[in-house]
Amino acid sequence: MKILVCIKQVPDTQKVQVDPETGVLIREGIETKMNPYDLIALETGMQILKKMGGTLDVLTMGPPAAEEVLMEAFALGANEAWLMSDRRFAGADVLATSYTLAQGIQAMGKEFDLILCGKQTIDGDTAQVGPAIAEVLEIPHVSWVKKIESVSKTSLIVQQEQMDVLARIEVSLPCLLTVEKGIVQPRLPSYIKKRMADRKMIHWMTLDQCPDRDPKRYGLNGSATQVERMFEPEASAEAVQWEKSSGENAALLADLLKKKKFIQGGNDHGRIED
Amino acid sequence: MFRKLEEKDLAVLREIVGAERLFSHDAIHPDYTHDEMILYGKGQPEALVQIKSTEEASRILAYANQEGLPITPRGAGTGLCGGCVPLVGGIVLSTALMNRILEIDRDTMTAVVEPGVLLMELQAAASEQGLLYAPDPGEKSATIGGNVMTNAGGMRAVRYGVTRDYVRGMQVVLADGEILELGGKIAKNSSGYSLKDLLVGSEGTLGIVTRLTLKLLPSPKKMISLLIPFNRLDDALKAVPKIMQLPFVATTIEFMEKEVLDDAQEYLGKDFPNRDYPAYLIVSYSGSSTQEIETMLDQAANCAMENGALDVFLSDTEERQESIWNARGAFLEAIKNSTTEMDECDVVLNIDCVAEFIAFTRVCAERYQLRIRSFGHAGDGNLHVYVCRDQMEESAWQTALKACMDGFYRKARELGGQVSGEHGIGHAKREYLKQSIGSVQLALMKKIKAAFDPNGILNPGKVLDD
Repeated sequence: MKILVCIKQVPDTQKVQVDPETGVLIREGIETKMNPYDLIALETGMQILKKMGGTLDVLTMGPPAAEEVLMEAFALGANEAWLMSDRRFAGADVLATSYTLAQGIQAMGKEFDLILCGKQTIDGDTAQVGPAIAEVLEIPHVSWVKKIESVSKTSLIVQQEQMDVLARIEVSLPCLLTVEKGIVQPRLPSYIKKRMADRKMIHWMTLDQCPDRDPKRYGLNGSATQVERMFEPEASAEAVQWEKSSGENAALLADLLKKKKFIQGGNDHGRIED
Repeated sequence: MFRKLEEKDLAVLREIVGAERLFSHDAIHPDYTHDEMILYGKGQPEALVQIKSTEEASRILAYANQEGLPITPRGAGTGLCGGCVPLVGGIVLSTALMNRILEIDRDTMTAVVEPGVLLMELQAAASEQGLLYAPDPGEKSATIGGNVMTNAGGMRAVRYGVTRDYVRGMQVVLADGEILELGGKIAKNSSGYSLKDLLVGSEGTLGIVTRLTLKLLPSPKKMISLLIPFNRLDDALKAVPKIMQLPFVATTIEFMEKEVLDDAQEYLGKDFPNRDYPAYLIVSYSGSSTQEIETMLDQAANCAMENGALDVFLSDTEERQESIWNARGAFLEAIKNSTTEMDECDVVLNIDCVAEFIAFTRVCAERYQLRIRSFGHAGDGNLHVYVCRDQMEESAWQTALKACMDGFYRKARELGGQVSGEHGIGHAKREYLKQSIGSVQLALMKKIKAAFDPNGILNPGKVLDD
């Protein structure tokens, strides 16, 4: 099986700060890391490979420094790594980013059976790039995947986390999945693999390698989104308080836990459709 | 023998702390009859007082001393050797409500706290100021008072030492109610016998601590942990002295076996980042820059691989650290969860004897047909060995357990080790302490106890026999 995992370098901070005057993300002095959801996607891919055999490639779009996350992907077991880096890609929104990545995937000339993305990034937070890539490539996709039940050479059976229900979906290959937290526990980078990895192994791509070389489709030019304003969201802690008898409180708590699917209950919530 | 509490005693206590902080007999919550190791037995207190001030402690002790009433001090009750169990009834004196952080003093790098502050609260308060309270015992909901009274150790002891190394000063109430100030914010002290250091680890048998001044350090900027797999635990343990000889000091060196990771996964319902190998070390380093950390990482990784490691896995982000340390923090509870009943042994050995001791525990498991799980602090030789009862019949279990534990402590003595590395003696390990330290040391300890507490009211039956 040929698997591709899309990854992104993000700021290594729990608290993304926005310059209140310019509305731009403050990146200075903040270290970077691989988007945590992408680590989960990569691990999902590695575990499928363990069963099915094959290869796993990683792809990212970003500045030259994004080489770091690709080096980390090698240390996690990726076979090949692709970096789409070009000034003309800068300033891309969901539309331009997904178009660029889809162009890159076509330019790689490999017929991937499965493309995996994290559910979302922790800086952009849109959760739309994965599904949008699938739309450009005209392949099926399932987002918010929380479990892969089975894998065959032609299809997958997955569980999709929806608001109130879990959907059980069979999807034919090739396809794209975006994965949720908790689907697998990501492995740690191996020092041996890290030492064996070499920057020269990274394939670089610019707009010139893309099948569609129209610069209006890329970067800021290709972005339909107009950003009105960027600001830090106000911190809020959602809390529920019940002041009833301990029996009633316990019942309310149990209902809430069932609703959030932390525990299984006898109602429709958490039911797996089959 | 102590006399039973009477209504007049309760009236005095009520007058000191008020009715809302005094509980008697059946009104006392069952939690106050034991600590985390119920195996060692329970004790029913006749009264529970929850003090809020030094003055209250002083008045209660003066009265109890005069009347010959036993006092069992208690923090959060997370101890592991029965230290806070009221063996002879009497008064349980809880310091849990004395839980204010009075000061974080950046200029002298100290914290002044009441004894009921929880370890996690102190660590968080120091961290907010960019400072580090370095001792890091596994049980974060223990009180600082309890940590000091057992001289708790924890995972960072390899680099930073144990709780005693961080106690600069204390206010302590003596058995007769006298209030004593020992040490202070000062960094050094050669002024006579260090009673402060004697009080640390005294398990409430010499006095009641009501305020502590603790040393803080600058918080390291960077941390990395290495999860290092080995084919055999023996190989892992033999690599430890080599790693310790590197020209920089690890913060933590822990060992673990796959079976314990399996228990932790079962307990937490969360997978560990790697469970493919029979044995692991976790080695952590902290430093001030990425470059410094990278240098340490390279040397440590190469050293480990030259000494039998099969690879080195890197944990360098918050998520990765959590995935390792949450599991490591749950080992004790996970083993507890895996069996019907268990007993533990907390011996400390020379670090080059750890492998031999673990091999001996395997012999014991075979000999007594017991399931034994171990993990612990490979970098300071402090082991946690757990003997699990599973489905063994009661009398067979008691016989096998006793024989096995006797064997452990005998072996530790032969290897030059000590009975407890960090949990203390309580009442559960008194016999082993007696065997270990010999008659001269024991007699001296008894004289010290008598000097501090001539009527023997403070935590009777703990550390020493009556």
